[in-house]
Amino acid sequence: MEKNAILQNESNMKYKRPSQYKEIFRRFRKSKGAMIGLITFTLVLVILLCAEFIVPYESAISQNFDQLLAKPSKEHLFGTDNFGRDVFARILYGGKTSLSIALLATITSCIFGSIIGALAGYFGGKVDQLIMRSLDIFMSVPDILFTMAVVLALGANFINLIIALTLAYFTNYVRLVRSQVLNLSEQDYVEAAKAGGSGNIRIILSHILPNAMGVIIVNLTLNIAKIIIYQSTLSFLGLGMPPPKPEWGLMLSEAREYMRTAPHLLFFPAGAIVLCATSINLIGDGLRDALDPHLKS
Amino acid sequence: MEMVNEKSNELILEIKDLKVIYKTDLETVEAINDIELKIYKGKTLGLVGETGAGKTTTALSILRLLPSNTGRILKGQINFNGHNLLDYDESMMQAVRGNLISMVFQDPMTSLNPVFPVGEQIAEAIRLHNTEIDEEEVQRRVDDTLSLVGILPSRKVEYPHQFSGGMKQRVVIAMALCLEPQLLIADEPTTALDVTIQAQVLAMISDLRNRLGTSMLMITHDLGIVAQTCDDVAVMYAGEIIESGTVRDIFLGEQHHPYTVGLFNSIPDLKSKAKRLKPIPGLMPDPTNLPKGCKFAERCEHKMPICIEQRPNVTTFGTHIIRCHLFG
Repeated sequence: MEKNAILQNESNMKYKRPSQYKEIFRRFRKSKGAMIGLITFTLVLVILLCAEFIVPYESAISQNFDQLLAKPSKEHLFGTDNFGRDVFARILYGGKTSLSIALLATITSCIFGSIIGALAGYFGGKVDQLIMRSLDIFMSVPDILFTMAVVLALGANFINLIIALTLAYFTNYVRLVRSQVLNLSEQDYVEAAKAGGSGNIRIILSHILPNAMGVIIVNLTLNIAKIIIYQSTLSFLGLGMPPPKPEWGLMLSEAREYMRTAPHLLFFPAGAIVLCATSINLIGDGLRDALDPHLKS
Repeated sequence: MEMVNEKSNELILEIKDLKVIYKTDLETVEAINDIELKIYKGKTLGLVGETGAGKTTTALSILRLLPSNTGRILKGQINFNGHNLLDYDESMMQAVRGNLISMVFQDPMTSLNPVFPVGEQIAEAIRLHNTEIDEEEVQRRVDDTLSLVGILPSRKVEYPHQFSGGMKQRVVIAMALCLEPQLLIADEPTTALDVTIQAQVLAMISDLRNRLGTSMLMITHDLGIVAQTCDDVAVMYAGEIIESGTVRDIFLGEQHHPYTVGLFNSIPDLKSKAKRLKPIPGLMPDPTNLPKGCKFAERCEHKMPICIEQRPNVTTFGTHIIRCHLFG
């Protein structure tokens, strides 16, 4: 009965294209984990964006030698570090840098890698050989060495870090998307689209990539978490954002020395990374399910 | 009746002397060897043959969709409305595909994109070849096409997996017909469906063909389908057309190629008392190493010395053409 009513409704507004996004969000909402992830991550983003109204940037970088390694208190919510800087303020401002670098680097590496991977997988033959062999050059150098080289050559700043991380991570997407496309371009509906007169670019964009989207998105969300941690490695080696600018990875590596005496220094930045990574992963899982029309009830 | 005959003398598609190979590093498969085919306006040609005879390769050659790394058209002509499609470049072919010639594939389960609603997929085909019409008109045409194949237009928002196999094949046929092509190529359109649905889909195809006046190339290995839907028949064996003619010639004619006789003997007959069918012994020759004489000689019960030596020429009896030494 209800279904008939829905069908009736839909046939009444029949000149409207069905809204994909509404449908996807409806399915996304059904998954509890995904909603928890989405709410947590949105909260984190809102708090980070409003950092200026919560604590002044001054307290994240001003050193206070009266209060070194102070325990969490009313005055300093998350305590202070070895220079007497407020950890709460450093988490807020550090999160801004860490997350924006991670998000941007993930998105650029995903777009860049997906396009190259789709071209390699779809055209195959010489194009594929050319792309994959040049990729081998990138992959023959260890990631960390490669990123270090790029950062050293270009200098450590916001844009260069994104470039370095993109170059280190896009190869994953090339291989992932290529393998998906190799499989998908053999599908009958691609053959059918060709027989219907669609060109190559149209087939890649409107038939193959939407089918590979689930896998790409899950990988993307996993990579955001990875890149946040990867940045900390760079900071640890002194190649991250230059101090005193706060950054989660840098805070972790500094806290390492005081692990026994002031564990809160380690706990808060690590907790922030885990919170972001987990909530993004939950969103990714939810999105994957929501984007898969087979699971539509 | 005379009117139809007069109209039917106009050719829509003529394949002349076509030779297609699949070439890999290791071997060369001679898939199509010098075939001739004619499809008349508003008529249906049935292309019959066993697996591997080159039926699908013929269809893909017409649309120029052979796998680009291995398939090659060596020579011949494919004249569509008097223009040789082999002279067209890729962008001209894209304008032909779907718009003038469209194709229905064998398996409806996989010929629809699983991530888009079916209406959206039909709409895409319409938008692709009609850039100037507005969205309302596109949706109106989607509704019309769906009603034409007997699907409620309100179901256009549903995804392919929400349809049954027969319904999916209807959607695929709707997609192929939405631009009212002049020629429809149906590559075993009912092989993946069960018999009752097969009958429905075939009846629908015949009905639509009569209503829209579309010419059709029906590829099948089922002689029952040919008798039901086709006007003309071509029997294909190892990349050659070994017999062709009207349905009457093939089903009721006196003289036949021994292979066609074998095909008919392989159909169970309700009236006959025979305990077993009489299949054709042996297998089709290896397409990488075809015999130089008649391709069917090895399996033929009328084999003569000349069959091994020389490729038989065609013998013509009015509309009926047979390629066999028995009649030469």
